[in-house]
Amino acid sequence: MSVDLSKYKKDFPVLARKVRGGNRLIYLDSGATSQKPESVIKAESDFYRTINSAVHRGAHLLAEEASEAYEGARENLAKFLGAKTDEVIFTKSATESLNMIAYSLGNPDSRFNVKSGDEIVVSQMEHHANLIPWQQLAKRTGAKLVWFSITDDGRLDLSNIDQIINKRTKIVAITHQSNVFGTIILLQEIVKAAHKVGAVVVLDACQSAPHFAIDVKKLDVDFLAFSGHKTLGPTGIGILWGKSEILEKIEPALFGGSMVDSVTMESATWAKAPRKFEAGVPNMAQAVGLSAAIDYLNVIGMKNIAEHEQELTRQLLDGLSEISGVNVIGPKDMKDRGGVVSFTVDGVHPHDVGQVLDQYGIAVRTGHHCAWPLMKRLNLVGTTRASFHLYNDSEDVNDLLAGIKKVKEYFKVGK
Amino acid sequence: MELDSLYQEVILDHYRKPLHKGLSAAKDIQVHHNNPSCGDEVTLNLIMDGQVVKDISWDGVGCSISMASASVMSDLLIGKEYKSAMVISDAFVELMQSKGKSSGDEQLLEDGVAFAGVSKFPARIKCALLGWMAFKDASTQVIA
Repeated sequence: MSVDLSKYKKDFPVLARKVRGGNRLIYLDSGATSQKPESVIKAESDFYRTINSAVHRGAHLLAEEASEAYEGARENLAKFLGAKTDEVIFTKSATESLNMIAYSLGNPDSRFNVKSGDEIVVSQMEHHANLIPWQQLAKRTGAKLVWFSITDDGRLDLSNIDQIINKRTKIVAITHQSNVFGTIILLQEIVKAAHKVGAVVVLDACQSAPHFAIDVKKLDVDFLAFSGHKTLGPTGIGILWGKSEILEKIEPALFGGSMVDSVTMESATWAKAPRKFEAGVPNMAQAVGLSAAIDYLNVIGMKNIAEHEQELTRQLLDGLSEISGVNVIGPKDMKDRGGVVSFTVDGVHPHDVGQVLDQYGIAVRTGHHCAWPLMKRLNLVGTTRASFHLYNDSEDVNDLLAGIKKVKEYFKVGK
Repeated sequence: MELDSLYQEVILDHYRKPLHKGLSAAKDIQVHHNNPSCGDEVTLNLIMDGQVVKDISWDGVGCSISMASASVMSDLLIGKEYKSAMVISDAFVELMQSKGKSSGDEQLLEDGVAFAGVSKFPARIKCALLGWMAFKDASTQVIA
Protein backbone atom coordinates (compact mmCIF):
# COMPACT_ATOMS: atom_id res chain seq x y z
CA MET A 1 0.00 0.00 0.00
CA SER A 2 1.28 3.40 -0.88
CA VAL A 3 2.00 6.11 1.66
CA ASP A 4 -0.64 8.77 2.12
CA LEU A 5 0.82 12.26 1.99
CA SER A 6 -2.46 14.00 1.15
CA LYS A 7 -2.59 15.95 4.41
CA TYR A 8 0.54 17.88 3.44
CA LYS A 9 -0.87 19.45 0.30
CA LYS A 10 -2.60 22.21 2.26
CA ASP A 11 0.78 23.37 3.58
CA PHE A 12 1.62 24.80 0.14
CA PRO A 13 -0.24 28.12 -0.28
CA VAL A 14 0.30 28.40 -4.04
CA LEU A 15 -1.49 25.10 -4.65
CA ALA A 16 -4.72 26.73 -3.43
CA ARG A 17 -4.81 29.30 -6.21
CA LYS A 18 -6.82 29.15 -9.37
CA VAL A 19 -5.09 29.41 -12.74
CA ARG A 20 -6.09 29.73 -16.39
CA GLY A 21 -9.66 28.81 -17.17
CA GLY A 22 -10.53 29.01 -13.45
CA ASN A 23 -8.89 25.62 -12.96
CA ARG A 24 -7.10 24.40 -9.87
CA LEU A 25 -3.31 24.42 -10.21
CA ILE A 26 -1.92 21.01 -11.10
CA TYR A 27 1.75 21.64 -10.58
CA LEU A 28 3.89 19.05 -12.35
CA ASP A 29 7.07 21.07 -12.78
CA SER A 30 8.95 20.39 -9.56
CA GLY A 31 11.98 19.29 -11.58
CA ALA A 32 12.34 22.95 -12.52
CA THR A 33 11.50 24.32 -9.09
CA SER A 34 9.49 23.00 -6.19
CA GLN A 35 6.70 24.80 -4.39
CA LYS A 36 7.28 26.04 -0.84
CA PRO A 37 5.40 25.11 2.32
CA GLU A 38 4.17 27.87 4.62
CA SER A 39 6.85 26.99 7.19
CA VAL A 40 9.61 27.83 4.69
CA ILE A 41 8.02 31.09 3.61
CA LYS A 42 7.61 32.00 7.26
CA ALA A 43 11.18 31.05 8.24
CA GLU A 44 12.60 33.21 5.47
CA SER A 45 10.43 36.21 6.26
CA ASP A 46 10.88 35.75 10.03
CA PHE A 47 14.61 36.11 9.52
CA TYR A 48 14.00 39.58 8.07
CA ARG A 49 11.37 40.41 10.68
CA THR A 50 13.31 39.43 13.77
CA ILE A 51 17.05 38.84 13.40
CA ASN A 52 18.16 40.39 10.10
CA SER A 53 21.82 41.36 10.28
CA ALA A 54 25.09 40.35 8.65
CA VAL A 55 26.35 37.03 9.99
CA HIS A 56 29.84 36.62 11.46
CA ARG A 57 30.23 40.37 11.91
CA GLY A 58 29.08 42.93 14.41
CA ALA A 59 29.08 42.87 18.16
CA HIS A 60 25.34 43.08 18.59
CA LEU A 61 22.58 40.68 19.55
CA LEU A 62 21.06 40.49 16.08
CA ALA A 63 24.38 39.53 14.52
CA GLU A 64 24.75 36.83 17.14
CA GLU A 65 21.28 35.43 16.54
CA ALA A 66 21.61 35.62 12.77
CA SER A 67 24.95 33.80 12.92
CA GLU A 68 23.42 31.10 15.11
CA ALA A 69 20.52 30.65 12.72
CA TYR A 70 22.82 30.53 9.70
CA GLU A 71 25.28 28.07 11.25
CA GLY A 72 22.35 26.06 12.58
CA ALA A 73 21.13 25.78 9.01
CA ARG A 74 24.54 24.46 8.00
CA GLU A 75 24.39 21.79 10.71
CA ASN A 76 20.93 20.79 9.58
CA LEU A 77 22.01 20.48 5.95
CA ALA A 78 25.06 18.45 6.99
CA LYS A 79 22.83 15.96 8.84
CA PHE A 80 20.56 15.78 5.82
CA LEU A 81 23.54 14.66 3.71
CA GLY A 82 25.26 12.53 6.32
CA ALA A 83 28.18 14.96 6.18
CA LYS A 84 30.37 16.91 8.59
CA THR A 85 29.14 20.43 9.26
CA ASP A 86 32.29 22.11 7.96
CA GLU A 87 31.92 20.33 4.65
CA VAL A 88 28.73 22.16 3.73
CA ILE A 89 29.17 25.36 1.73
CA PHE A 90 26.30 27.73 1.02
CA THR A 91 26.27 29.14 -2.51
CA LYS A 92 23.65 31.05 -4.40
CA SER A 93 22.65 28.07 -6.54
CA ALA A 94 23.66 24.60 -7.64
CA THR A 95 24.93 26.19 -10.85
CA GLU A 96 27.23 28.39 -8.80
CA SER A 97 28.33 25.34 -6.77
CA LEU A 98 29.35 23.46 -9.92
CA ASN A 99 31.09 26.47 -11.45
CA MET A 100 32.98 27.14 -8.23
CA ILE A 101 34.26 23.62 -7.98
CA ALA A 102 35.19 23.52 -11.66
CA TYR A 103 37.16 26.69 -11.15
CA SER A 104 38.86 25.53 -7.96
CA LEU A 105 39.84 22.18 -9.43
CA GLY A 106 41.48 23.96 -12.34
CA ASN A 107 43.56 26.13 -10.10
CA PRO A 108 47.31 25.63 -10.67
CA ASP A 109 47.93 25.72 -6.91
CA SER A 110 46.02 22.56 -6.19
CA ARG A 111 47.07 18.98 -6.62
CA PHE A 112 43.99 18.65 -8.79
CA ASN A 113 45.57 21.15 -11.15
CA VAL A 114 43.88 20.16 -14.39
CA LYS A 115 46.19 20.61 -17.36
CA SER A 116 46.76 19.67 -20.96
CA GLY A 117 46.76 15.90 -21.38
CA ASP A 118 44.27 15.38 -18.54
CA GLU A 119 40.72 14.24 -19.10
CA ILE A 120 37.44 15.38 -17.62
CA VAL A 121 34.56 12.91 -17.81
CA VAL A 122 30.89 13.87 -18.06
CA SER A 123 27.88 12.14 -19.60
CA GLN A 124 25.60 12.79 -22.53
CA MET A 125 22.67 13.29 -20.18
CA GLU A 126 24.07 16.18 -18.16
CA HIS A 127 22.13 19.34 -17.56
CA HIS A 128 23.94 22.35 -19.07
CA ALA A 129 24.96 23.32 -15.53
CA ASN A 130 27.03 20.16 -15.19
CA LEU A 131 28.37 20.31 -18.72
CA ILE A 132 29.39 23.85 -19.63
CA PRO A 133 31.54 24.54 -16.53
CA TRP A 134 33.58 21.43 -17.46
CA GLN A 135 33.73 22.40 -21.14
CA GLN A 136 35.10 25.73 -20.03
CA LEU A 137 37.58 24.16 -17.64
CA ALA A 138 38.82 21.96 -20.49
CA LYS A 139 39.08 25.01 -22.73
CA ARG A 140 41.04 27.00 -20.13
CA THR A 141 43.46 24.22 -19.31
CA GLY A 142 43.84 22.28 -22.55
CA ALA A 143 42.35 19.18 -20.89
CA LYS A 144 40.10 16.93 -22.93
CA LEU A 145 36.39 16.53 -22.25
CA VAL A 146 35.13 12.97 -22.74
CA TRP A 147 31.74 11.51 -21.96
CA PHE A 148 29.65 8.45 -21.34
CA SER A 149 27.01 7.85 -24.00
CA ILE A 150 23.46 6.87 -23.28
CA THR A 151 21.51 3.83 -24.36
CA ASP A 152 18.32 4.16 -26.39
CA ASP A 153 16.20 3.54 -23.30
CA GLY A 154 17.76 6.49 -21.51
CA ARG A 155 20.31 4.78 -19.31
CA LEU A 156 23.99 5.51 -18.96
CA ASP A 157 26.13 3.31 -21.19
CA LEU A 158 28.93 2.03 -18.98
CA SER A 159 30.08 -0.66 -21.42
CA ASN A 160 33.26 1.27 -22.18
CA ILE A 161 33.92 2.56 -18.67
CA ASP A 162 37.49 1.21 -18.79
CA GLN A 163 38.30 3.44 -21.74
CA ILE A 164 36.35 6.46 -20.52
CA ILE A 165 37.87 6.48 -17.04
CA ASN A 166 41.61 5.96 -17.40
CA LYS A 167 44.86 7.14 -15.90
CA ARG A 168 44.49 10.54 -17.58
CA THR A 169 41.13 11.15 -15.87
CA LYS A 170 41.19 13.91 -13.25
CA ILE A 171 37.50 14.62 -12.75
CA VAL A 172 34.30 12.65 -13.26
CA ALA A 173 31.25 14.95 -13.13
CA ILE A 174 27.99 13.11 -13.34
CA THR A 175 24.31 13.55 -12.62
CA HIS A 176 22.65 11.49 -9.91
CA GLN A 177 19.27 11.54 -11.63
CA SER A 178 18.60 12.71 -15.17
CA ASN A 179 16.42 15.81 -15.29
CA VAL A 180 15.04 14.62 -18.63
CA PHE A 181 14.61 10.85 -18.23
CA GLY A 182 14.33 10.46 -14.48
CA THR A 183 17.01 7.74 -14.71
CA ILE A 184 18.84 7.25 -11.43
CA ILE A 185 22.54 6.67 -11.99
CA LEU A 186 24.06 3.87 -9.94
CA LEU A 187 27.35 5.34 -8.85
CA GLN A 188 29.27 2.48 -7.31
CA GLU A 189 31.09 1.34 -10.44
CA ILE A 190 31.85 4.88 -11.56
CA VAL A 191 33.16 6.00 -8.17
CA LYS A 192 35.30 2.89 -7.87
CA ALA A 193 36.84 3.39 -11.32
CA ALA A 194 37.44 7.10 -10.71
CA HIS A 195 39.09 6.63 -7.33
CA LYS A 196 41.25 3.83 -8.66
CA VAL A 197 42.93 6.32 -11.01
CA GLY A 198 42.99 9.13 -8.44
CA ALA A 199 40.19 11.18 -10.00
CA VAL A 200 37.56 13.06 -8.03
CA VAL A 201 33.83 12.52 -8.51
CA VAL A 202 31.52 15.52 -8.63
CA LEU A 203 27.85 14.63 -8.27
CA ASP A 204 25.02 16.80 -9.56
CA ALA A 205 22.34 15.91 -7.03
CA CYS A 206 19.79 18.54 -8.13
CA GLN A 207 17.19 15.94 -9.06
CA SER A 208 18.02 13.43 -6.34
CA ALA A 209 18.63 15.22 -3.04
CA PRO A 210 15.15 16.82 -3.04
CA HIS A 211 13.46 13.45 -3.56
CA PHE A 212 15.26 10.65 -1.76
CA ALA A 213 17.67 10.17 1.11
CA ILE A 214 21.31 10.91 0.37
CA ASP A 215 24.29 9.79 2.38
CA VAL A 216 27.52 11.21 1.05
CA LYS A 217 29.59 8.68 2.98
CA LYS A 218 27.81 5.77 1.37
CA LEU A 219 27.96 7.37 -2.08
CA ASP A 220 31.66 8.03 -1.50
CA VAL A 221 31.68 10.87 -4.05
CA ASP A 222 34.04 13.81 -3.46
CA PHE A 223 31.77 16.74 -4.22
CA LEU A 224 28.03 17.14 -4.43
CA ALA A 225 25.84 20.04 -5.50
CA PHE A 226 22.13 20.67 -5.23
CA SER A 227 19.77 23.62 -5.17
CA GLY A 228 17.60 24.88 -2.35
CA HIS A 229 14.70 25.91 -4.54
CA LYS A 230 14.13 22.38 -5.85
CA THR A 231 14.17 21.13 -2.23
CA LEU A 232 11.11 23.13 -1.07
CA GLY A 233 13.50 25.91 -0.03
CA PRO A 234 13.84 29.49 -1.27
CA THR A 235 15.58 30.59 -4.45
CA GLY A 236 19.04 32.10 -4.10
CA ILE A 237 20.52 29.29 -2.04
CA GLY A 238 22.52 26.30 -3.23
CA ILE A 239 24.67 23.69 -1.58
CA LEU A 240 28.18 22.60 -2.36
CA TRP A 241 29.39 19.71 -0.27
CA GLY A 242 32.99 18.51 -0.46
CA LYS A 243 35.13 16.02 1.46
CA SER A 244 36.97 18.00 4.11
CA GLU A 245 40.41 16.65 3.19
CA ILE A 246 39.93 17.96 -0.35
CA LEU A 247 38.32 21.26 0.65
CA GLU A 248 41.39 21.91 2.76
CA LYS A 249 43.65 21.57 -0.24
CA ILE A 250 41.85 23.56 -2.92
CA GLU A 251 41.78 27.27 -3.53
CA PRO A 252 38.53 29.22 -3.45
CA ALA A 253 37.06 30.70 -6.62
CA LEU A 254 35.46 33.79 -5.09
CA PHE A 255 37.35 36.30 -2.99
CA GLY A 256 36.36 39.11 -0.65
CA GLY A 257 35.13 39.69 2.87
CA SER A 258 34.50 36.90 5.38
CA MET A 259 36.65 34.31 3.69
CA VAL A 260 40.02 35.50 4.96
CA ASP A 261 42.36 34.63 7.77
CA SER A 262 44.60 37.68 7.36
CA VAL A 263 45.03 40.41 4.78
CA THR A 264 47.81 42.84 3.88
CA MET A 265 48.00 45.28 0.99
CA GLU A 266 49.90 42.68 -1.01
CA SER A 267 48.23 39.40 -0.19
CA ALA A 268 45.79 37.41 1.88
CA THR A 269 45.39 34.01 3.48
CA TRP A 270 42.16 32.09 3.75
CA ALA A 271 39.92 31.06 6.59
CA LYS A 272 39.23 27.35 6.98
CA ALA A 273 36.46 25.67 5.01
CA PRO A 274 33.58 26.30 4.72
CA ARG A 275 34.21 30.03 5.33
CA LYS A 276 37.00 30.01 2.74
CA PHE A 277 34.37 29.36 0.07
CA GLU A 278 31.79 31.88 1.26
CA ALA A 279 33.05 35.33 0.25
CA GLY A 280 30.74 38.24 1.02
CA VAL A 281 27.59 38.42 3.10
CA PRO A 282 25.84 35.14 2.32
CA ASN A 283 22.17 34.55 1.49
CA MET A 284 21.27 34.16 5.13
CA ALA A 285 17.49 34.29 5.10
CA GLN A 286 17.54 31.78 2.25
CA ALA A 287 19.85 29.41 4.14
CA VAL A 288 17.51 29.60 7.12
CA GLY A 289 14.54 29.04 4.79
CA LEU A 290 16.22 25.99 3.30
CA SER A 291 16.87 24.66 6.78
CA ALA A 292 13.13 24.94 7.49
CA ALA A 293 12.52 23.00 4.27
CA ILE A 294 14.85 20.25 5.48
CA ASP A 295 12.95 20.13 8.80
CA TYR A 296 9.73 19.81 6.86
CA LEU A 297 11.08 17.01 4.67
CA ASN A 298 12.45 15.20 7.73
CA VAL A 299 9.05 15.20 9.42
CA ILE A 300 7.49 13.48 6.41
CA GLY A 301 10.55 11.32 5.82
CA MET A 302 12.57 11.10 2.61
CA LYS A 303 11.76 7.41 2.34
CA ASN A 304 8.03 8.13 2.32
CA ILE A 305 8.47 10.91 -0.22
CA ALA A 306 10.47 8.64 -2.51
CA GLU A 307 7.85 5.88 -2.23
CA HIS A 308 5.02 8.31 -2.89
CA GLU A 309 6.72 9.68 -6.01
CA GLN A 310 7.44 6.15 -7.21
CA GLU A 311 3.76 5.34 -6.93
CA LEU A 312 2.77 8.41 -8.98
CA THR A 313 5.45 7.67 -11.57
CA ARG A 314 4.20 4.12 -11.97
CA GLN A 315 0.64 5.39 -12.41
CA LEU A 316 1.76 7.93 -15.01
CA LEU A 317 3.87 5.45 -16.99
CA ASP A 318 0.97 2.97 -17.01
CA GLY A 319 -1.45 5.66 -18.14
CA LEU A 320 0.83 7.01 -20.88
CA SER A 321 1.38 3.52 -22.27
CA GLU A 322 -2.36 3.30 -22.91
CA ILE A 323 -2.58 6.47 -25.00
CA SER A 324 -1.70 5.90 -28.66
CA GLY A 325 0.81 8.27 -30.22
CA VAL A 326 2.39 9.09 -26.87
CA ASN A 327 6.01 8.05 -26.41
CA VAL A 328 7.83 7.98 -23.10
CA ILE A 329 11.38 9.23 -23.56
CA GLY A 330 13.59 7.40 -21.08
CA PRO A 331 13.06 4.29 -18.97
CA LYS A 332 9.56 2.89 -19.38
CA ASP A 333 9.81 0.72 -16.28
CA MET A 334 10.34 1.57 -12.64
CA LYS A 335 13.86 0.19 -12.34
CA ASP A 336 16.24 2.87 -11.02
CA ARG A 337 14.08 5.80 -11.97
CA GLY A 338 12.67 8.78 -10.12
CA GLY A 339 9.61 10.97 -10.50
CA VAL A 340 10.50 12.71 -13.74
CA VAL A 341 8.73 11.58 -16.91
CA SER A 342 9.43 12.97 -20.37
CA PHE A 343 7.18 12.19 -23.30
CA THR A 344 6.28 13.29 -26.80
CA VAL A 345 2.93 13.35 -28.55
CA ASP A 346 3.07 12.39 -32.25
CA GLY A 347 2.21 15.34 -34.48
CA VAL A 348 2.18 17.94 -31.72
CA HIS A 349 5.19 20.05 -30.76
CA PRO A 350 6.01 19.98 -27.02
CA HIS A 351 5.39 23.69 -26.70
CA ASP A 352 1.89 23.22 -28.06
CA VAL A 353 1.31 20.25 -25.73
CA GLY A 354 2.29 22.44 -22.79
CA GLN A 355 0.08 25.28 -23.95
CA VAL A 356 -3.06 23.13 -24.15
CA LEU A 357 -2.30 21.52 -20.78
CA ASP A 358 -1.87 24.99 -19.29
CA GLN A 359 -5.42 25.78 -20.37
CA TYR A 360 -6.53 23.04 -17.96
CA GLY A 361 -4.35 24.30 -15.12
CA ILE A 362 -1.64 21.71 -15.70
CA ALA A 363 1.87 23.14 -15.37
CA VAL A 364 4.54 21.08 -17.14
CA ARG A 365 7.93 21.85 -18.60
CA THR A 366 8.46 21.77 -22.35
CA GLY A 367 11.53 22.09 -24.55
CA HIS A 368 15.08 20.82 -24.29
CA HIS A 369 15.30 20.98 -20.47
CA CYS A 370 18.76 22.57 -20.58
CA ALA A 371 20.05 19.32 -22.07
CA TRP A 372 20.40 20.32 -25.69
CA PRO A 373 23.12 17.76 -26.60
CA LEU A 374 20.87 15.02 -25.24
CA MET A 375 17.96 16.18 -27.40
CA LYS A 376 20.22 16.12 -30.47
CA ARG A 377 21.35 12.61 -29.56
CA LEU A 378 17.70 11.56 -29.44
CA ASN A 379 16.80 13.47 -32.63
CA LEU A 380 14.17 15.38 -30.72
CA VAL A 381 13.38 19.08 -30.68
CA GLY A 382 12.24 18.67 -27.12
CA THR A 383 9.86 16.82 -24.87
CA THR A 384 7.06 17.55 -22.48
CA ARG A 385 8.09 16.72 -18.93
CA ALA A 386 6.03 16.05 -15.85
CA SER A 387 7.88 15.94 -12.55
CA PHE A 388 6.56 15.27 -9.08
CA HIS A 389 7.06 16.22 -5.49
CA LEU A 390 5.40 15.16 -2.29
CA TYR A 391 2.37 17.43 -2.81
CA ASN A 392 1.26 15.73 -6.03
CA ASP A 393 -1.37 13.06 -5.94
CA SER A 394 -3.09 10.47 -8.05
CA GLU A 395 -5.72 12.99 -9.13
CA ASP A 396 -2.97 15.17 -10.63
CA VAL A 397 -1.81 12.20 -12.70
CA ASN A 398 -5.36 11.45 -13.86
CA ASP A 399 -5.86 15.08 -14.84
CA LEU A 400 -2.61 15.05 -16.79
CA LEU A 401 -3.60 11.89 -18.65
CA ALA A 402 -6.98 13.43 -19.47
CA GLY A 403 -5.21 16.61 -20.53
CA ILE A 404 -2.99 14.74 -22.97
CA LYS A 405 -6.08 13.21 -24.57
CA LYS A 406 -7.48 16.73 -24.96
CA VAL A 407 -4.21 17.83 -26.60
CA LYS A 408 -4.67 15.10 -29.19
CA GLU A 409 -8.27 16.13 -29.80
CA TYR A 410 -7.36 19.79 -30.09
CA PHE A 411 -4.68 19.18 -32.68
CA LYS A 412 -6.72 16.41 -34.32
CA VAL A 413 -3.98 13.80 -34.14
CA GLY A 414 -4.47 10.05 -33.73
CA LYS A 415 -7.38 8.44 -31.97
CA MET B 1 -12.08 28.95 -24.87
CA GLU B 2 -9.09 31.23 -24.27
CA LEU B 3 -6.94 28.78 -26.18
CA ASP B 4 -8.86 29.40 -29.40
CA SER B 5 -7.68 33.02 -29.45
CA LEU B 6 -4.14 31.64 -29.64
CA TYR B 7 -4.66 28.76 -32.02
CA GLN B 8 -6.76 30.41 -34.72
CA GLU B 9 -7.85 28.06 -37.48
CA VAL B 10 -5.72 30.09 -39.91
CA ILE B 11 -2.66 29.33 -37.80
CA LEU B 12 -3.40 25.62 -37.60
CA ASP B 13 -3.94 25.54 -41.38
CA HIS B 14 -0.58 27.16 -42.05
CA TYR B 15 1.02 24.77 -39.55
CA ARG B 16 -0.40 21.71 -41.30
CA LYS B 17 0.30 23.03 -44.81
CA PRO B 18 3.13 25.53 -44.56
CA LEU B 19 3.83 27.78 -47.56
CA HIS B 20 7.27 28.25 -49.11
CA LYS B 21 8.73 25.60 -46.82
CA GLY B 22 11.72 23.79 -48.33
CA LEU B 23 14.88 25.69 -49.14
CA SER B 24 15.42 26.96 -52.69
CA ALA B 25 18.62 25.97 -54.53
CA ALA B 26 19.44 29.58 -55.42
CA LYS B 27 19.82 32.30 -52.80
CA ASP B 28 21.43 35.67 -52.20
CA ILE B 29 21.81 34.87 -48.57
CA GLN B 30 20.96 32.21 -46.03
CA VAL B 31 20.39 32.89 -42.35
CA HIS B 32 19.77 30.55 -39.47
CA HIS B 33 17.88 31.70 -36.41
CA ASN B 34 17.00 29.73 -33.33
CA ASN B 35 15.21 30.21 -30.12
CA PRO B 36 17.56 29.03 -27.37
CA SER B 37 14.85 28.84 -24.73
CA CYS B 38 12.76 26.27 -26.63
CA GLY B 39 15.04 24.98 -29.38
CA ASP B 40 12.94 26.12 -32.36
CA GLU B 41 14.96 26.71 -35.52
CA VAL B 42 14.42 28.42 -38.84
CA THR B 43 16.75 28.54 -41.83
CA LEU B 44 15.75 31.12 -44.43
CA ASN B 45 16.89 31.69 -48.02
CA LEU B 46 16.30 35.11 -49.51
CA ILE B 47 16.58 36.32 -53.10
CA MET B 48 16.29 40.05 -53.76
CA ASP B 49 15.75 41.67 -57.14
CA GLY B 50 17.10 45.16 -56.50
CA GLN B 51 14.75 46.57 -53.85
CA VAL B 52 12.14 43.85 -54.35
CA VAL B 53 11.81 40.66 -52.32
CA LYS B 54 11.92 38.14 -55.13
CA ASP B 55 11.78 34.91 -53.14
CA ILE B 56 11.75 33.62 -49.60
CA SER B 57 12.03 29.95 -48.79
CA TRP B 58 12.58 28.42 -45.39
CA ASP B 59 12.86 25.26 -43.42
CA GLY B 60 12.70 24.65 -39.74
CA VAL B 61 11.51 22.74 -36.73
CA GLY B 62 9.30 24.23 -34.11
CA CYS B 63 5.89 24.66 -32.60
CA SER B 64 2.71 25.46 -34.50
CA ILE B 65 3.03 29.17 -33.81
CA SER B 66 6.62 29.52 -35.06
CA MET B 67 6.08 27.39 -38.16
CA ALA B 68 2.75 28.98 -39.10
CA SER B 69 4.21 32.44 -38.61
CA ALA B 70 7.15 31.69 -40.92
CA SER B 71 4.63 30.44 -43.48
CA VAL B 72 2.47 33.59 -43.26
CA MET B 73 5.55 35.84 -43.30
CA SER B 74 7.04 34.33 -46.43
CA ASP B 75 3.76 34.34 -48.34
CA LEU B 76 3.06 37.93 -47.36
CA LEU B 77 6.47 39.41 -48.13
CA ILE B 78 7.37 37.74 -51.43
CA GLY B 79 6.97 40.31 -54.21
CA LYS B 80 6.96 43.31 -51.86
CA GLU B 81 9.34 46.27 -52.05
CA TYR B 82 11.95 46.09 -49.28
CA LYS B 83 10.51 49.25 -47.70
CA SER B 84 6.95 47.98 -47.56
CA ALA B 85 8.20 44.60 -46.31
CA MET B 86 9.78 46.49 -43.41
CA VAL B 87 6.54 48.39 -42.75
CA ILE B 88 4.65 45.08 -42.62
CA SER B 89 7.30 43.49 -40.47
CA ASP B 90 7.23 46.42 -38.02
CA ALA B 91 3.45 46.23 -37.88
CA PHE B 92 3.65 42.54 -37.04
CA VAL B 93 6.18 43.17 -34.26
CA GLU B 94 3.94 45.93 -32.91
CA LEU B 95 0.96 43.58 -32.96
CA MET B 96 2.95 41.00 -31.01
CA GLN B 97 3.77 43.62 -28.38
CA SER B 98 0.15 44.77 -28.03
CA LYS B 99 -0.70 42.49 -25.06
CA GLY B 100 -3.98 41.54 -26.68
CA LYS B 101 -5.14 45.15 -27.12
CA SER B 102 -4.74 45.30 -30.91
CA SER B 103 -6.45 43.20 -33.53
CA GLY B 104 -4.00 44.27 -36.25
CA ASP B 105 -4.40 45.93 -39.64
CA GLU B 106 -5.85 43.27 -41.90
CA GLN B 107 -5.14 45.33 -45.03
CA LEU B 108 -1.49 45.27 -44.19
CA LEU B 109 -0.99 41.96 -42.37
CA GLU B 110 -3.60 39.74 -44.06
CA ASP B 111 -3.35 36.25 -42.45
CA GLY B 112 -0.88 37.81 -39.99
CA VAL B 113 -3.75 39.24 -37.93
CA ALA B 114 -4.59 35.70 -36.86
CA PHE B 115 -1.60 35.97 -34.53
CA ALA B 116 -3.16 38.86 -32.56
CA GLY B 117 -4.10 36.42 -29.76
CA VAL B 118 -0.49 35.34 -29.41
CA SER B 119 0.29 38.73 -27.87
CA LYS B 120 -1.69 37.66 -24.78
CA PHE B 121 0.71 34.78 -24.19
CA PRO B 122 4.13 36.34 -23.43
CA ALA B 123 5.96 33.01 -23.70
CA ARG B 124 4.74 32.53 -27.27
CA ILE B 125 5.61 35.94 -28.75
CA LYS B 126 9.16 34.86 -29.53
CA CYS B 127 7.76 31.83 -31.35
CA ALA B 128 5.68 34.06 -33.61
CA LEU B 129 8.62 36.36 -34.29
CA LEU B 130 11.22 33.72 -35.17
CA GLY B 131 10.69 33.69 -38.96
CA TRP B 132 10.17 37.44 -39.12
CA MET B 133 13.44 38.12 -37.34
CA ALA B 134 15.20 35.78 -39.76
CA PHE B 135 13.76 37.72 -42.70
CA LYS B 136 14.73 41.05 -41.18
CA ASP B 137 18.28 39.85 -40.61
CA ALA B 138 18.62 38.42 -44.12
CA SER B 139 17.12 41.38 -45.97
CA THR B 140 19.09 43.96 -43.99
CA GLN B 141 22.30 42.12 -44.84
CA VAL B 142 21.48 42.00 -48.55
CA ILE B 143 20.34 45.63 -48.77
CA ALA B 144 23.36 46.85 -46.80
